[in-house]
Amino acid sequence: MAPTLKTGEVDLGTTIMATVFDGGVIIGADSRTTTGAYIANRVTDKLTQIHDRIYCCRSGSAADTQAVADIVHYYSQMYSVQHKKAPTTKVVASMFRELCYSNRSMLMAGIIVAGWDKRDGPSVYSIPLGGSVHKQPFSIGGSGSTYIYGYCDAHFRENMNREDALDFVKNAISLAMARDGSSGGTIRMAVITADGVERLFVPGDQLPGNSNKKKNIV
Amino acid sequence: MTSIGTGYDYAVSTYSPDGRVFQIEYASKAVDNSGTAIGIRAKDGVVFAVEKLAQSKLQVPGTNQRIQGVERHLGMATSGLLSDAKQLVTRARSDALNYRNSYSASIPVKTMAEQLGMFMHAYTIYSGARPYGCSVVLGGMDDEGPQLYMIDPSGSYWGYRGCASGKGKQVARTELEKLKFDELSARQAIKEATRIIYSAHDEAKDKEFELELVWISAETNGRFERVSKEMVAEAEAYTQALLNAEMDDDE
Repeated sequence: MAPTLKTGEVDLGTTIMATVFDGGVIIGADSRTTTGAYIANRVTDKLTQIHDRIYCCRSGSAADTQAVADIVHYYSQMYSVQHKKAPTTKVVASMFRELCYSNRSMLMAGIIVAGWDKRDGPSVYSIPLGGSVHKQPFSIGGSGSTYIYGYCDAHFRENMNREDALDFVKNAISLAMARDGSSGGTIRMAVITADGVERLFVPGDQLPGNSNKKKNIV
Repeated sequence: MTSIGTGYDYAVSTYSPDGRVFQIEYASKAVDNSGTAIGIRAKDGVVFAVEKLAQSKLQVPGTNQRIQGVERHLGMATSGLLSDAKQLVTRARSDALNYRNSYSASIPVKTMAEQLGMFMHAYTIYSGARPYGCSVVLGGMDDEGPQLYMIDPSGSYWGYRGCASGKGKQVARTELEKLKFDELSARQAIKEATRIIYSAHDEAKDKEFELELVWISAETNGRFERVSKEMVAEAEAYTQALLNAEMDDDE
């Protein structure tokens, strides 16, 4: 049977996304966490570091995704000690896959893995509910993503520069937050390149475009 | 060996007073009795060569292979007890598959050497166990390029540019040391490996042997491939020409 949230379980409602650009990846997420109609946290960080230059975006059950991310974090550290080099994004995605697939009847976890590594450069892997793995140029996830498929397909371009890619992610998440009741709050982003990771934050009253209308509702 | 009959060589869990484990040394003797196996790490690939001594004239060529593929990019040449080697190959294959299932990537040669070394070492610490009577020459291509390792019956392993085990290891090693590895291509290495196997072969003691040749190189797209009949013939001709030249010098 497909997993569902237990009564009272904390849901990450969520809009998450990741995109490859020229020289790196950008990941982004809204910051709303809900228990039913109640907003349990309006400034959640759904972008979780797995290794130096590999992050994951979490959607679904907060408990499940935190547990899985913790385990993969541990595996990745072990990997880098044993292999004397950092794991590739593909290897980390494979670790997530193993956990998400073998426990698929119990987990509510939709995860996007994104990062930069020496072997493959920037890459994005999506691991949705059943535990399959999809390598994609960009990926969107969470309940809010359903509202922005059109926007993303129309506006994604290959080899974007950093600024264009940031706008792409910021606009897409902002649009999803405007329509999806389970997404909202602020936008958190991270730019991952060979040089390192830069975390960015957009406050709720400075969201781009049409969500300005509700600038006082954070 | 001085301590034969003193009881220090019955079990692998017993040290001799001077700190040796005789069972492991006996296992190395089993390796020294078998036909020579060599590995060469060239610029663009690795080459394995084995002197497979014929037990009988009735033996079918191509059977009892001593160089076997572990993964697409990884193989091993063995010397010592063939049945022990077969178990190790099976283990190596399952380790490789396991790695692929965990990481969606092929196992680095170094990791394989480490895991197989650990496996072999486990048979040197329990009194009920017998160490593997094998040396394993492990080689392949991975993200780091061509890699070559040799594991001995104690389970310890080192990385090599060129390595040899079995009957002719001394001769083979002196020949290997003369090679210029920085300039050597895998294609050339096949010829040198052939020459070395022939020169390590002791015609007085062992008559017939079959040459086994495998390479994993840029030319095989990083894959384990048995060297084609044509290339083997070419390498044997090269060896024969050198031998003839030597004979002329002697006269």
